[in-house]
Amino acid sequence: MKTRYTYGGDEHIYVEIDDEMSLDAFFIALSLSNMVREANIPGVTEILPANASFEVRFDPDVIAPDAMMEKIKAFEHQAEAQEKRLDTRIIEIPLYYEDPWTHETLMRFRERHQDPTGSDLDYAARINGYDTVADFIEAHHSQPWFVSMVGFVSGLPFLYQLVERDKQLEVPKYLRPRTDTPKLTVGYGGCFSCIYSVRGAGGYQMFGITPMPIYDPEQKISYLKDFMVFFKPGDIVKWKPIDRAEYDRITQAVEDGTYTPRIAEVAFDLDAFNDDMTGFNAKLMEALNDA
Amino acid sequence: MTLEIIKPGLATTIQDLGRPGYFHLGIPEGGAMDRLAFRAANLLVGNDEGAAGLEAVFMGPEIKFGAEMSVAVTGAEMPMFLDGEPRETWTSFTVKPGQVLSFGFLKTGARIYIAVSGGIDTPPALGSRSTYPIGALGGFEGRAIAAGDVIPVGDGSVVAEGRVVPDALRRRPGTPAELRVLTGLYWHRLTEKSQKAFFDDDWVVAPEADRMGYRFRGGQPMEFVDRPQPFGAGSDPSNIVDGCYSYGSIQVPGGLEPIVLHRDAVSGGGYFTLGAVISADMDLIGQLQPNTPVKFKRVEMDEALAARAARKALISDIRQSLS
Repeated sequence: MKTRYTYGGDEHIYVEIDDEMSLDAFFIALSLSNMVREANIPGVTEILPANASFEVRFDPDVIAPDAMMEKIKAFEHQAEAQEKRLDTRIIEIPLYYEDPWTHETLMRFRERHQDPTGSDLDYAARINGYDTVADFIEAHHSQPWFVSMVGFVSGLPFLYQLVERDKQLEVPKYLRPRTDTPKLTVGYGGCFSCIYSVRGAGGYQMFGITPMPIYDPEQKISYLKDFMVFFKPGDIVKWKPIDRAEYDRITQAVEDGTYTPRIAEVAFDLDAFNDDMTGFNAKLMEALNDA
Repeated sequence: MTLEIIKPGLATTIQDLGRPGYFHLGIPEGGAMDRLAFRAANLLVGNDEGAAGLEAVFMGPEIKFGAEMSVAVTGAEMPMFLDGEPRETWTSFTVKPGQVLSFGFLKTGARIYIAVSGGIDTPPALGSRSTYPIGALGGFEGRAIAAGDVIPVGDGSVVAEGRVVPDALRRRPGTPAELRVLTGLYWHRLTEKSQKAFFDDDWVVAPEADRMGYRFRGGQPMEFVDRPQPFGAGSDPSNIVDGCYSYGSIQVPGGLEPIVLHRDAVSGGGYFTLGAVISADMDLIGQLQPNTPVKFKRVEMDEALAARAARKALISDIRQSLS
């Protein structure tokens, strides 16, 4: 790994494990950030793990920036040697592709897109070498995804596809970010999928929408009563394609307080996954289907 | 005790000193953009410095007081009237039940802070009353205040009228406003020419300037060091594998218009950042109007820490002058 340490002003240290995305870099960033957290260093105020990097916010009146930097660096070798394994969960997320709401929005911002003549899915399918949008959609939901970062706004998950790198889907972000994205849009940028937890600005391509809220500041939704944010890094997601009728049914169930996401407890072991991705994913799916 | 909102202003929100601790979930610290002015307003009316008050941008609200209380307005310079009678900013005054506070046109600065004795007493969310409208969190029902809102105020005691923050202890941006920057983060992505131009160029505040971030325009488009884009970053040379952002960090999507993230920052994203505005200058950004000329000034860590210490000393001087 090409780990790089740098200051973000006088209150932040940014650690880039690698400039390219990989689950190896993710696990080292997670381990290193956990070690910094567990060390309870006086002056540390926030720790943000990201896809292949992490950030520490600190109070320079309590600990000098160079002293803070040395403390973080001291954990590097230990973090690299950590087991790349997590006890986590797999969650089924219903996804209505080509829905009317993201379609209306992408038409409104067409002049900010690489291909103003088609839809975001038309474009993504074409540049990834798929003959039809249906084939591309199939590739998007056939294998599980790994939550490698939570952030941007209000509990938004970034998801990384659990397939070989040469099979990963990649799309650029919009040429200029939109000023609007419907709440719960499933987006795509770089090699990451995401779920827009709230309505707002966004630069990712828009593929569809989920009826399952993932952020609830009022904590009224049954599965968000304990905490307002649903996702955490390490969660695994399986998209389940649904149609309009199913979308409406789930939306109503969420409103009635009767919707329960399908979730199974699983372990994710990076070495085991790398040895046999198809077999490992099949086991994840089995656990989910038994839930 | 209450405040009744007759006119809300443009985007007036309840703020305090913020809710650190949730940025890793994409929930920003928030809180007053100009912390120094905010603390001063609370000190003027005898509150704890972190008591919740109102932040109004460009245009003041119209407020009817439901009880006798002390009031102070700090930050931007904006003419202010109590039942039509002029009142001074940065100075405490007492209001009686039924009296109405209103404002004229903004003269200098961008944001005013309105503190009332006892502080605003809406229910805290994640430990703070700050409004985070994108996440519908905190403040008054998670949103900017609206006409007809009746805002609860905590118990407080009225203080002497005419307590004032001396002019020498107020801070306002110069012309051009100077923002000191520590380079770092993805600074190495820029060519030497663009690194130099960023500090040499004359910038102005763009219209897209809010609590999430301030955008600047007028400088030259930036050039990037050639490289094959890393896997997962996206094809534009200004793209990176989505990472975390910091408060004050400066991103330049497409190499065109720098954006300085502020109190309601997004916590991460896929654009390179060239460094960050130092913590001591964050307050000043909150007082910049669109079209204000701005120069970015390169500093080193020791200067950033000295500026931070100077700012702390200034707050301490304000405390002493009002004690």
